[in-house]
Amino acid sequence: MENMKVHKKSLLKRILEHWVVYLFLAPAVLYIAIFCYGPMYGIQIAFRDYTIIEGITGSEWVGLDWFQRFFQSRMFGKILPNTLILSVYSLVAGFPMPIVLALMLNYAADKFKRVIQTASYLPHFISTVVMVGMVVAFLSPQNGFVNTIIKFFTGNTVYFMGKPEYFRHVYVWSGVWQGVGWGAIIYVAALSSVSPELHEAAIIDGATILKRMRHIDIPCIMPTMVILLILNFGSIMGVGFEKVYLMQNALNGDTSEVIATYTYKMGLIDQNFSYSSAIGLFNNVVNFILLVLVNKIADKLTGTSLW
Amino acid sequence: MARTRKNAIRKTKSDLVFLFFNYLLLSILFLIMVYPVYFVVIASVSDSVYVNSGDLLLWPKGFHTLGYEYVWGEQRIWLGYANTIFYAGVGALAGVTVSLMAGYGLFIKTLPGRGAIMGFMVFTMYFGGGLIPFYLLVKNLGLINTRTIIIMMSMVSVYNIILTRTFLNSTIPTDLMDAAFIDGCGYGRFFFTMVVPLSKAIIAVLSLYLIVGHWNSYFSPMLYLQDSDKKPLSLFLREILLVNAETVTQQTENAEEMEKYQRLLAIIKYAVIVVSTLPIMCIYPFLQKYFVKGVMIGSLKG
Repeated sequence: MENMKVHKKSLLKRILEHWVVYLFLAPAVLYIAIFCYGPMYGIQIAFRDYTIIEGITGSEWVGLDWFQRFFQSRMFGKILPNTLILSVYSLVAGFPMPIVLALMLNYAADKFKRVIQTASYLPHFISTVVMVGMVVAFLSPQNGFVNTIIKFFTGNTVYFMGKPEYFRHVYVWSGVWQGVGWGAIIYVAALSSVSPELHEAAIIDGATILKRMRHIDIPCIMPTMVILLILNFGSIMGVGFEKVYLMQNALNGDTSEVIATYTYKMGLIDQNFSYSSAIGLFNNVVNFILLVLVNKIADKLTGTSLW
Repeated sequence: MARTRKNAIRKTKSDLVFLFFNYLLLSILFLIMVYPVYFVVIASVSDSVYVNSGDLLLWPKGFHTLGYEYVWGEQRIWLGYANTIFYAGVGALAGVTVSLMAGYGLFIKTLPGRGAIMGFMVFTMYFGGGLIPFYLLVKNLGLINTRTIIIMMSMVSVYNIILTRTFLNSTIPTDLMDAAFIDGCGYGRFFFTMVVPLSKAIIAVLSLYLIVGHWNSYFSPMLYLQDSDKKPLSLFLREILLVNAETVTQQTENAEEMEKYQRLLAIIKYAVIVVSTLPIMCIYPFLQKYFVKGVMIGSLKG
């Protein structure tokens, strides 16, 4: 009855009835229009030769020149692989760890579990700057404790931050250290909602813990895993700028220069706005296509998707 | 196998082995999580001789508060602290207000155009203009080097809005809404008398996210702020922790002072880390239930 009455009303009347609700939405919609769609209008400078005097629409149209220049530049062959390797490595190392931690915590006694979990969140609350500061200090060949330990066993020290070949490992594993506990929260919660009856029945049937993990726990957290995996894939081109930039130095540039840091340097340090926008746009488009693709594949394979 | 079947509740041998390794690995993990933080603390109070030579692993050697004395006298840290607290406080207040309002708007199922507004918002989660167009926009709006842009940057997040809407969907009973509207309660009054009081948990979660975000944020302040009296703690921390020591010590003309600073640099760094990280370390165990809650709401679909 209620529903029928609502449908009989004209659209205009329904809109007027909800004017207060639109008011509630107004600040957010306005903000998004200005700060999210506004820059999308500015993307066109990637196809123009932007100068401050001529402004966004006044600058000369150059088509795909900037893209061509980027694809042909020496840096393209360097920063694209760097970006992809760094994020795939982060994903491969960082994605399973929280799952493993959650599965392990699930079979620990409650009090013990709580202590470990609290300790595992701790690094999440260290800010990026401090985190990188700590990493640099710990790995210092003169006085870092990591090198104190290495020296004790081998007699040598390793200058981790100054060697391009170590950059990726340091970046990825410090990231795992910082994120594993936080990432496990969602799985711990999903596991604790598994019906205890399933486990009881399995125990009576003689299933070991490992078997229960494989046949009860993992299927239960599968949908969560798939969603998080899709989201992770979607940001594969978006290696976080902040940490990479902070970890960069003159010595490790060969592996540490990624698209995000290069975009920043080209655009805001060298003031080449158009070129930098073109690189940024290339990055965003690839990212978007990847997200759609992965989402489609996941939908086909597992029936779980974002949309 | 037959015996284990009989004593079904008793643990099998393989389970005991598993549990042994499980506890062992978790204990090692505990050490890995806690030791670096512990090391920072002991290094910050040790004698700089031991810290500089790397001769320090398990407990403090010598006892000095020189690092903390330097931090105490370092204006930049306290200025940065004040700024960060300001940005985090105002930013959280503004962000929570806007998100709660928008989340409430999207929660009203009878709203015409709700799907379109949702699509308008969600699209921006997956595609954006990029760094330079955003920078030019900020410049054109005249917001460079203002406190406003730092607060605005992270104020509205579509993720937070959807989180709020999902929370409201699972917290506000439809019966309650119907009853209120039949009694003549409007959308505005319903928000202030029913939704806000029932949203304490999501308010806490959003505040936590926003505060931690401002606490960590360093890229946008670096980009958009020039005056050092507006800079948050993170920028000063970068100067002290990561930028080369020489550039920092240029400020002290006195050669003797400079030499002393160089010698103490390592423990100063550790003391700075402690001072800048301690507050959040002390608070987070008490907020645990909120961020667990936040992650849980986020995982609900719909």
